[in-house]
Amino acid sequence: MKNDAVKKVVATGIGAALFFVLARFVAVPSGIPNTNIAFQYGIQSFFAVVYGPVVGCLSGFIGHVLTDMSWGGVWWSWAFGTAVYGLIVGLFAKKINIESGEFGKKALVNFAIANCLANVVAWPIIAAVGDVVIYKEDFKIVVAQLAVAAIADFLCAMVIGGLLLYGYSKTIAKTGSLDKE
Amino acid sequence: MSEMTPIISFKNFSFQYNAQKRPTLKDINLDIYPGEKILICGASGSGKSTLGNCINGLIPFSYNGKIEGSLTVDGIETKNSSIFELSTRVGTVLQDPDGQFVGLTVGEDIAFALENDCIEQGKMIELTDHAAMQVGIEKHMKKAPYDLSGGQKQRVSMAGVLVDDVKILLFDEPLANLDPATGKGAIELIEKLKKETNTTVVIIEHRIEDALWENVDRILLMADGCIVADKKPEDMLRSPLLNEYGIREPLYLTALKYASADINKVEHIDNIRQLKLEKEEVNSVRDWYLSQQRQQTVNDNDYILETQDLSFAYDGKEYVLNDINVKIRKGEMLSIVGRNGAGKSTFCKLVCGFEKPQKGKVFFKGEDVTDTTIRHRAAHIGYVMQNPNQMISQIQIFDEVAMGIANIGLSKEEIQERVYETLKVCGLYEFRNWPISALSFGQKKRVTIASILVMGPEVIILDEPTAGQDLRHYTEIMEFLKDLNKQGITVIIVTHDMHLMLEYTSRAIVFSNGQMVDDKAGSAVLCDPELVEKAALKETSLFNLATMCGIDDPVSFVDCFIDCDRREREHE
Amino acid sequence: MNNRVLNYIPKDSFIHRLSGTTKLIIFLTFSVLCGLSFDTRVLIVLLLLSLLGFRLSKIKLSEIRLMSTFLVIFITFNFILLFLFNPDYGTEMYGTRTVLFHLVGRYYVTAEQMFYQFNVALKYVIGFPIAILFISTTNPSEFAASLSAIGVPYRVSYSVSLALRYIPDIQKDYHEIAQSQEARGVGLGKDVKLVERVKNAVKILLPLVLTSLQRIDTISNSMQLRSFGKNKKRTWYVKKKLTVADYSVIAFCAILFIVGMIVTNQGGSNIYNPFI
Repeated sequence: MKNDAVKKVVATGIGAALFFVLARFVAVPSGIPNTNIAFQYGIQSFFAVVYGPVVGCLSGFIGHVLTDMSWGGVWWSWAFGTAVYGLIVGLFAKKINIESGEFGKKALVNFAIANCLANVVAWPIIAAVGDVVIYKEDFKIVVAQLAVAAIADFLCAMVIGGLLLYGYSKTIAKTGSLDKE
Repeated sequence: MSEMTPIISFKNFSFQYNAQKRPTLKDINLDIYPGEKILICGASGSGKSTLGNCINGLIPFSYNGKIEGSLTVDGIETKNSSIFELSTRVGTVLQDPDGQFVGLTVGEDIAFALENDCIEQGKMIELTDHAAMQVGIEKHMKKAPYDLSGGQKQRVSMAGVLVDDVKILLFDEPLANLDPATGKGAIELIEKLKKETNTTVVIIEHRIEDALWENVDRILLMADGCIVADKKPEDMLRSPLLNEYGIREPLYLTALKYASADINKVEHIDNIRQLKLEKEEVNSVRDWYLSQQRQQTVNDNDYILETQDLSFAYDGKEYVLNDINVKIRKGEMLSIVGRNGAGKSTFCKLVCGFEKPQKGKVFFKGEDVTDTTIRHRAAHIGYVMQNPNQMISQIQIFDEVAMGIANIGLSKEEIQERVYETLKVCGLYEFRNWPISALSFGQKKRVTIASILVMGPEVIILDEPTAGQDLRHYTEIMEFLKDLNKQGITVIIVTHDMHLMLEYTSRAIVFSNGQMVDDKAGSAVLCDPELVEKAALKETSLFNLATMCGIDDPVSFVDCFIDCDRREREHE
Repeated sequence: MNNRVLNYIPKDSFIHRLSGTTKLIIFLTFSVLCGLSFDTRVLIVLLLLSLLGFRLSKIKLSEIRLMSTFLVIFITFNFILLFLFNPDYGTEMYGTRTVLFHLVGRYYVTAEQMFYQFNVALKYVIGFPIAILFISTTNPSEFAASLSAIGVPYRVSYSVSLALRYIPDIQKDYHEIAQSQEARGVGLGKDVKLVERVKNAVKILLPLVLTSLQRIDTISNSMQLRSFGKNKKRTWYVKKKLTVADYSVIAFCAILFIVGMIVTNQGGSNIYNPFI
């Protein structure tokens, strides 16, 4: 995990910008009608693991709110869901320790647990409660809807986020390992 | 100057990055005095940027590592200070114009340091306006970065450090990313700022000739983490050191050497504008020129690529490219030049099918390919982006190169064969099982070229293939492209490097304001002051030298020089 | 390339002249009140006020056509879905059942259901002019200063500003990387199998993310070299001073919020029930 206050500010901003660009301009069909693959959650989980919980949480939240605003109208319950999602994945950053340059089985398991937990808390709990409180929607329906979203985002984050983390880990130089040819 | 106290003083200073096995700076001893203007040069990896980062405090406060010895800046021992304390004394302009433009508008970006210092708004606006005037950007205060040119962004960056009333201005490769005319303007502006603000100036740059457009007091030459020479410009240029350490010396100087002129007798050898040649040297140059014989090779192959009235607008309204008619013969190696935003990249994107023209046609081998897809076009015309990191998406070299021919119905063996063949052509065969992260920039560039070549295009277009590279890497990349060209591949290079254009390409297509304004040999382009001005290029010092020596055909003089230079280097 | 990230439309109007801080407060007051209240009377007042604000801003409907189209489609879609999922939800909520007419099977159209769905739609509709009002009349340069003014730490506020600053750059990067990868057979369209599509996406996202990480390093170096993070506070070049108009609007928001909450919660529930 990168630990530098200014770098975290910048990572939050750039992470949010990436979230925005992917959510707003990149529409890749998922196979289910009218639904696109949510790449932004793959990127968000990547940032959460590389820069920790605060960046994971805020980059997603800012990215989500800006995206919603560009359409006109913020869906707060989901925005908070995104924030909580990044926060929880980020809490596992130390355990996954991507800066070691390894993204092996153990790290992958941790990443899976983090994603699982984060998706369950973020969507069927936080976002659902939000929807019920704000829109008085039927709790059962909301939970069912969000459970589907949670599963989709889990898969997306695992595959996209996982592959990105793996690719990134291969570019990290280990301490004292670089020598001139 | 010995009685003055140095403003920057390295004493037995060494630095080793945490990720490195060996120190990057070794036992540096260096004093820089107030009001001096220093040029630091050296090949990539020589430690010149690291030295700069020690002065501004990024080392050790942003990059971790081990420091030995002492470095004082304005009397402060840097390792006991902070990046904030140092930043009020040292203003740094980095080379990436977008990375350091953090504000949403010009005004905000210039005011950034003042905001962080909690300066009250009224005062802030006053200081910001003043700094903007100093660099001549005051008319654009509300503009966003994407409405500015590279040169304007650099001016904003300069203003952004001037607001702090710094004592030292540090420029890290200020000429990278700029078109030649803008680079010249940047060097002039640095000189102006130095005079007006009486600051000490440190310029880190390996493009010596361009950097010496305005005078400097000393040149430091770095190699392998040490300062190997610290001389006055004239002495440095007269010594053989620059060549020995892989820095390109000014062209007029090389020409004088080829002409066997006595460079020790030439006054102001460090500045083409003040250069004074005695009769004897003028005669040597003239004699040399007359003794040269040129052989012309004519390419009369069929046209491989043609465009007809090509026009394009991103938004469908504002045309960034108007009626471009270009004809390129098979086996040519040519360059496309012109200022940033003149339409060079857009032209390439249209040729490669990345964008569709509003009007006009593209022909490949006489066949109209305007409406074919990107993928289809890539089998004939390959495009290599400037930054290899934007193209590389695999971990292993083999996989990266194989990507372009996966899913086209080849068997595993066929794919392997073609990849190996391409890797051999690119001199990467022995690295085939390496991870890409272990490669140098130049090698990565080759991987990206290989990943395009594997698809078998007959034309490849490269965007700034040598940007930011030192002489050794530049030569490595360009000789490789020349070899490819000899094997029959047509090579088109988009570049700001006038030397590349002269040295490697038989003709240049010149863009200005979305139009093709000329199409002729590089030497003819650079000896045409009107065209140079129009397309934001910079005339070659060889032209000045030829004029100085009363040679009536400077174009031919430049051609002779390039021929001679090629022979000399092939000789080595 | 589309350079404007959010649809800021510079004009000279009462709303435009207000400080970004004030507009942010309006935006948040309306958002929170609209979120917490299910009282139709409050919602209608909010709607009327936001339409008034919209009128004052001199923004023309034609300038926000894309967004309004999106909203209409969204609300219609949502309206139908709500009904399909549970046509009796309104009845459960309001405790009465007034059947208007019968569609098919279990789908009876009740006044309660329609009223409930009307309220939900109202909530979406209110969010729209308020968000549009905020983004169309506030210079993005003022965002960070405004957030900071209402108590958000400046580091977080600046992240928002950085996001707005670099969205166009990253969009351009994405576009260029995708084009160059497409030339090498990396497609994301419907003609590509789903598994391949995901793999291909990573081939575009990895270079994008890795170059973004380099960008983060450069930006943070350049920010540190210009003293970002030096003090506990920072000042803002673009911050507008609050005027009498600003203070009046802020005061009005406070009153609106308090009155709105009182009206909403009288009777122990935030639902306005006309059926009893």
